[in-house]
Amino acid sequence: MALLTTRPKTGPNGSESRRSVGDTVAEVRGHHRSFGSTHVLRGADLTVRRGEFVALLGRSGSGKSTLLRSLAGLDPSPKGEVSVTGRTSVAFQEPRLLPWRTVERNVELALLNTVRDASRSEKVRGALAEVSLTEKTDVWPGSLSGGQAQRVSLARALVSEPDLLLLDEPFSALDALTRIEMHALVTQLWERHQPAILLVTHDVDEAIALADRVLVLDQGRIAREWQVPLRRTSRSPEHHQIAQLRDEVLGALGVTPTNAHHQETGAA
Amino acid sequence: MSALVASRPNSAPSSPGRGTTRRSAASRLSWLRRWVSPLAIVLVWQLLSDAGVIPEDKIASPAQIGATAWQLTKDGTLGDATLVSVQRVLAGFAVGAVIGLVLAVVAGVSRIGEDTVDPPMQMLRTLPHFGLIPLFIVWMGIGEAPKIALIAMGVAFPLYLNTFSGIRSIDRRMTEAAVTMGLTRRQRLRHVVIPGALPQALVGLRQSLGVAWLSLIVAETVSADSGLGYMINHAREFLQTDVIVVGLAVYSILGLATDSLVRLIERRALAWRS
Ligand SMILES: Nc1ncnc2c1ncn2[C@@H]1O[C@H](COP(=O)(O)OP(=O)(O)OP(=O)(O)O)[C@@H](O)[C@H]1O
Ligand SMILES: [Mg+2]
Repeated sequence: MALLTTRPKTGPNGSESRRSVGDTVAEVRGHHRSFGSTHVLRGADLTVRRGEFVALLGRSGSGKSTLLRSLAGLDPSPKGEVSVTGRTSVAFQEPRLLPWRTVERNVELALLNTVRDASRSEKVRGALAEVSLTEKTDVWPGSLSGGQAQRVSLARALVSEPDLLLLDEPFSALDALTRIEMHALVTQLWERHQPAILLVTHDVDEAIALADRVLVLDQGRIAREWQVPLRRTSRSPEHHQIAQLRDEVLGALGVTPTNAHHQETGAA
Repeated sequence: MSALVASRPNSAPSSPGRGTTRRSAASRLSWLRRWVSPLAIVLVWQLLSDAGVIPEDKIASPAQIGATAWQLTKDGTLGDATLVSVQRVLAGFAVGAVIGLVLAVVAGVSRIGEDTVDPPMQMLRTLPHFGLIPLFIVWMGIGEAPKIALIAMGVAFPLYLNTFSGIRSIDRRMTEAAVTMGLTRRQRLRHVVIPGALPQALVGLRQSLGVAWLSLIVAETVSADSGLGYMINHAREFLQTDVIVVGLAVYSILGLATDSLVRLIERRALAWRS
């Protein structure tokens, strides 16, 4: 896609070179959010750099979606606490496609206010080709499988060429095989288009496999943060650095790493 | 397929075309079968009328009714009367539909709108609208206005109630997705709210058209100096049961026609649901 060429080309583990670009896409400073008497976010701080892939973990109810919704502009937040530069788009756990529009027209909707009528179709087709759904262009979303619908949702999020892509557990409703395919797809799309990504997930292994940086949200703040070592292709669970990181992250989430895991990986 | 072939050892493997022909011939046969009993009833009716068992001043014979229908059509009476009645329904429907839809959108897209519009609508809807005829006559006399008002009342409520609940039933998460794509309020109304409420609104449309024809008949029976109702009332005074039946038949044909029209719209507009 045309716009990509304007962004710096980096390798699969290009976080170093991207960081040198230096600017941030999203900045959260001392963000508070409560629902009634429950204080969900209590002064959360977060910086997402341009092109960076960040995974956000946290126990259920810790406020991950709340934080993501603030960044998405779905939740009005006090001035100065949340700032995002550039275009943002979101893909949710459910695909949220409009059932009365064909796949193509669903994706097209994301370009309604940004791209001229005449050039929309070409971009939409390009985006659908990238998620390998060219043959589903004209079908109703109701006839797609869960994984296909989620790919359309991804195409719709990417077609507007966002600077920040917010993903709220986009794979958690998919079966294990489809999830693995989606991991590869997201990595590939991220490398090609280089949006900054904030991925909310429950899956520690997913976070470690995909992200440059892993954050844990706890007590309304970013409690821990790790830079993920190694290139993505070398991050096998057996690697001691990865295994150690996994244990640390699980520990921060309040889960005691079991021996079962070590036996499993030892046997593998 | 294999069962079919086995039961007809002599037939060559049939082409899809032949299979289709056979199947549609069967369905045509069942369609024809459904006409047997109505036709038989008409035939018996005719025979009883001819034999003098059914007196003509109670109900005319089918042949008589047919002849009268032809006569009324030829001299233009039926066409004129139908035109007047259809115009009343169209006017009343237009007024009622605009009121019902606008109120539904106002109530559907904003809290303040709902709190303002919905309570009076919910209270008014329990009112049997035919009961308002005396008031309408006091307010508007016995011209076209009370007839159109009655039809509009009948149309506005089912459209309002169904469209409002259609809008309310839209998944909030879709609207949210539209917000994240940068769609303005107006764009969300156009691309999310209206198509999302459409299935339920079309249910309301069908209901409201039914009520519209019913309201027309009631209004024209109460008072009319033109239209189908007038034709029927006039015939009553002269015990012309054939004219009355012709008038009733036109009413039901018109009702059927608008109902099929809505069904056609549903098939087109809601193709995504199949
Ligand atoms: N609209 C709302 N009204 C009231 N409470 C809310 C609302 N949204 C979130 N909450 C509360 O805020 C807390 C954080 O919710 P949030 O959805 O951000 O959690 P989460 O980390 O995304 O959880 P999960 O991993 O289960 O998705 C929860 O206690 C939830 O009940
Ligand atoms: Mg959540």
